Amino acid sequence: MSKEAPIDRAAVVHVAKLARLTVTDAEADALTRDMQSILAYVKKLDELDVREVAATSHAVHLETLLRPDEPRPCMPLEKVIANSPERIGDGFGVPKIIE
Amino acid sequence: MSNETEFEPVIGLEVHAQLATKTKLFCGCSTAFGAPPNTNVCEVCTGMPGVLPVLNAQAVELAVRAGLGLKCTINERSQWSRKNYFYPDLPKGYQISQYDKPICTGGKLDIEVDGHTMTVGITRIHMEEDAGKNVHDDGLAGSRSYVDFNRSSVPLVEIVSEPDIRSSAQAAAYMKAMRQVLRYLGVCDGNLEEGSLRCDANVSVRPKGTEKFGTRAEIKNINSFRFVQQAIDYEIERQSELIRAGNKVVQETRLWDSQAKETRSMRSKEEAHDYRYFPEPDLPDLVLKAGFVDGVKKQLPELPHDKLQRYIATLQLSPYDAKILTEDAEVAAFFDAALAVHKNAKSIGNWVINEVLRDLKGSSIESLKFEGAAIGELVKLIDDNTISGKIAKDVYAELMANGGSPKAIVDAKGWVQVTDTGAIEPIVDRVLAANAESVEKYKAGKTNVIGFLVGLVMKESKGKANPAMVNDLLKKKMGG
Amino acid sequence: MDLANLTAHELTEQLAAGKVSSVEATTACLQRLEKTAGLGAYLHVDANGAKKQAAAADERRAKKQSAGPLDGVPIALKDIFLTEGLPTTCGSRILEGFNAPYDGTAVKKLKDAGTILIGKLNMDEFAMGSSNEHSGYLPAKNPWDPTRVPGGSSGGSAVAVAAGSAYMTLGTDTGGSIRQPAALTGIVGLKPTYGRVSRYGVIAFASSLDQVGPMTKDVTDCATMLQTIAGHDPRDSTSSVEKVPSYTQALEQGVQGLKIGVPKEYFIDGMDPEVRASVDAALESYKKLGATLVDVSLPHTDYGIAVYYLVATAEASSNLARFDGVRYGKRVDPGKGLLEMYLETRGKGFGPEVKRRIMLGTYALSAGYYDAYYVKAQKVRTLVAQDFKQAFAKCDVIVTPTSPTPAFKLGENTSDPIKMYLADVFTVAVNLAGLPGLSLPSGFSKSGLPIGMQVLGRPFDEATILRTARAFEREHDFSSRRAIS
Repeated sequence: MSKEAPIDRAAVVHVAKLARLTVTDAEADALTRDMQSILAYVKKLDELDVREVAATSHAVHLETLLRPDEPRPCMPLEKVIANSPERIGDGFGVPKIIE
Repeated sequence: MSNETEFEPVIGLEVHAQLATKTKLFCGCSTAFGAPPNTNVCEVCTGMPGVLPVLNAQAVELAVRAGLGLKCTINERSQWSRKNYFYPDLPKGYQISQYDKPICTGGKLDIEVDGHTMTVGITRIHMEEDAGKNVHDDGLAGSRSYVDFNRSSVPLVEIVSEPDIRSSAQAAAYMKAMRQVLRYLGVCDGNLEEGSLRCDANVSVRPKGTEKFGTRAEIKNINSFRFVQQAIDYEIERQSELIRAGNKVVQETRLWDSQAKETRSMRSKEEAHDYRYFPEPDLPDLVLKAGFVDGVKKQLPELPHDKLQRYIATLQLSPYDAKILTEDAEVAAFFDAALAVHKNAKSIGNWVINEVLRDLKGSSIESLKFEGAAIGELVKLIDDNTISGKIAKDVYAELMANGGSPKAIVDAKGWVQVTDTGAIEPIVDRVLAANAESVEKYKAGKTNVIGFLVGLVMKESKGKANPAMVNDLLKKKMGG
Repeated sequence: MDLANLTAHELTEQLAAGKVSSVEATTACLQRLEKTAGLGAYLHVDANGAKKQAAAADERRAKKQSAGPLDGVPIALKDIFLTEGLPTTCGSRILEGFNAPYDGTAVKKLKDAGTILIGKLNMDEFAMGSSNEHSGYLPAKNPWDPTRVPGGSSGGSAVAVAAGSAYMTLGTDTGGSIRQPAALTGIVGLKPTYGRVSRYGVIAFASSLDQVGPMTKDVTDCATMLQTIAGHDPRDSTSSVEKVPSYTQALEQGVQGLKIGVPKEYFIDGMDPEVRASVDAALESYKKLGATLVDVSLPHTDYGIAVYYLVATAEASSNLARFDGVRYGKRVDPGKGLLEMYLETRGKGFGPEVKRRIMLGTYALSAGYYDAYYVKAQKVRTLVAQDFKQAFAKCDVIVTPTSPTPAFKLGENTSDPIKMYLADVFTVAVNLAGLPGLSLPSGFSKSGLPIGMQVLGRPFDEATILRTARAFEREHDFSSRRAIS
């Protein structure tokens, strides 16, 4: 990561869209500043040579857990949909999707 | 490129096959097709806060079976990843899939096109969960859609081919052969209308004789053999035209519009994708227990090609008949079930091909009211002289209409062939007495008149007399 | 003495002896809650429900049908736990009005044990914070000095216990979120081994680091609560099948012959001198109790925060994608189509710290940066875990300070995210390595603020940690001091 230039405002705006977050101009400025300082801080990882080190995604050894293929009762529709901001019929309403 | 430049397509297919499990990949909800919206769902497959996935053991077994059937290497350790993107039918905002380390790698599938056999390489098979369904009914208020999560987390395998395919016909043949193998393996029911099997086609073109791949377009969600051929033909033409006109093919995702018969750019996928794959922290690696793969291998059903060869070599069926009988896994299973009851492959084969398949007129063999064993039983009744071939037709008609067992039908209807001389003799005597003229002719050397007399006896016995026995009795009585 | 100042096991004794009822204990908690409402411990209170449950518990007791040692004990839960029938907001405006359709596994176990659920506790939004100032609703305040923070993200859980408005609470710990607030409020908090307690029904922050744990007035209560919630859950693929031992059996056995590791990297220049003095004194005390002190080294300690903030934010960016306004939560739809609905719902629904972390995590996973940030962090994570493995070859437990300082002032660290992140400098490594760690009071500063120390152990060896902590607690009165009387 040492080669990369620090993140700029345009990149922040792009990442915000990727993460589906509106950001105001002021927020974009603040985020650029904060992310620059955080990314500068994490640069300290470059001090270490980790080419031969395996990545850890689970720190504790875990066995593969398998579930038998047996149906169990589903959740009642009314419960599933109770928190829905927009109910259309028995579905979750959203703005029209254009494919 | 000049207008004369000939282009060669380079095609790779990604087949998505729904695994034939009872429950979803990561929760115990039913995978049954056609349930009312949002009734086969729970907190897990609707991505409620706090939920966690737990892997379906049967899905793993079926994926391994698919891998073995397609001659893949089965990876003892595979890994789950998250594919991140926002879409209303994707409840968690990510799809749990396999990315870096899929369960199967490096296989092949033989296909036949215009009488030639060719091999298409399989790059990988990975497991993943399906998304839900966005519904945009015309009936809905103009600016809304709604989401149904019944399909969400239904288990799929994605089977990725090498870019070995060079024509739309090959692509269709590949998809057909894939469907056949998966159905044989019991991995997928292959139901195209219900979306159990669908494919994405990666298509590019290059000037004939060149090596370098052109820029490809990915055509999404093709759900019929006809569409795969049409979509690819359209795409080859579109890309060739573009290049001939001096334009560039854009790498993009396109959708096959079966009504307009064209592919078009998908607006929803316009944004450059950055799926931010990373290992799924909620699931440990999938490690197959020692001996698991061997166990699946031992129970692997016979594959279409092997079955075809066996029917020809061992059962001595004609290659033509063998091909018809092995085309479809259900038909082959039906035939095998009949054969298990009675070992007369030739006769049973004829019954299945000439009667059963003809009467089905293309509908599924599972729609019959009887099973393969019934045909075995029927042929057995003929072969051991219990019924005549004529009566057999009546029994079969009864089977088609109401199902049941041939033997029971024969018993109930009193159709058992009469092989008791004492019962046939009086009829023979009556027929001879009433047809003195014919008897004279016979005695004068016109022996072919016997056929007429046999017919009369059969008629009087309502078809139940054994024709060979009638023949013998007549000859004996007329002194032949 | 006010009932609300008892420990849970003291209460249980009195309940068993028929001296008090669960209804009385519940009422005492509710009164204390009212008296300390300004501390902002609770987001939702279910006074009527709690009283009903207490009456039912009393009835069970009368019929000699009590469910166990926690039957009738009033508790409360961090608002990160899904509870059917009570709101669950995770401290976020985006979940305002959300009613969970199911109970999480730990919650179910506590309900089955007969505990009385008083309410849901304040927290930093989506558990992202070390001061509880990032709550989407209101900051929680330290009962020992309300101008100071209680720590976070399980700030409300710590305050409720320290202030006596619940006998015990559940928190979650992703980088120190149980231990640091426990230290800052003078209570006991345990982050168990990753996989020891089910995460089902707990809103995920960073899935490979999150762990559920007890926050209690003393070590005995901590052991009892852990006993109740620990164990394999067929609904959590990352929950361990490792057998759950008895945590209470060996609790009083002391530390004679125990080897306590002291990592030099955790006793650094610039740390608060009172914290250092307190932990040094505790180590001396352990020596007197028969333990041996062993010098150990955890050389990658200094990289912990960097690794943590990459791994945790990457996972969080994905975990928080489901809050999109489609199926639940507060939707903001300007009527300009799907993309705008997503952008506005999430842009308005999440607070600044959550946005900052989603941004960082999205960036760390994005094309071109994944290897440089995320993969690199996961590799250094391996080194951090190896450090502990090597250290535990030489010792049975490791003792360190929990937080570099006692409780800081509200607003003191909010302007500089890195300064705030460094509050976790002693706690994050344990999460990265998946190990268990407990914080208990080791003393008080001259100004009367609690100081905490951490006892860390081998994977699934919570029993030894609890025994070590109990040995110290028995010799001192720090755990019996109450902020509110």
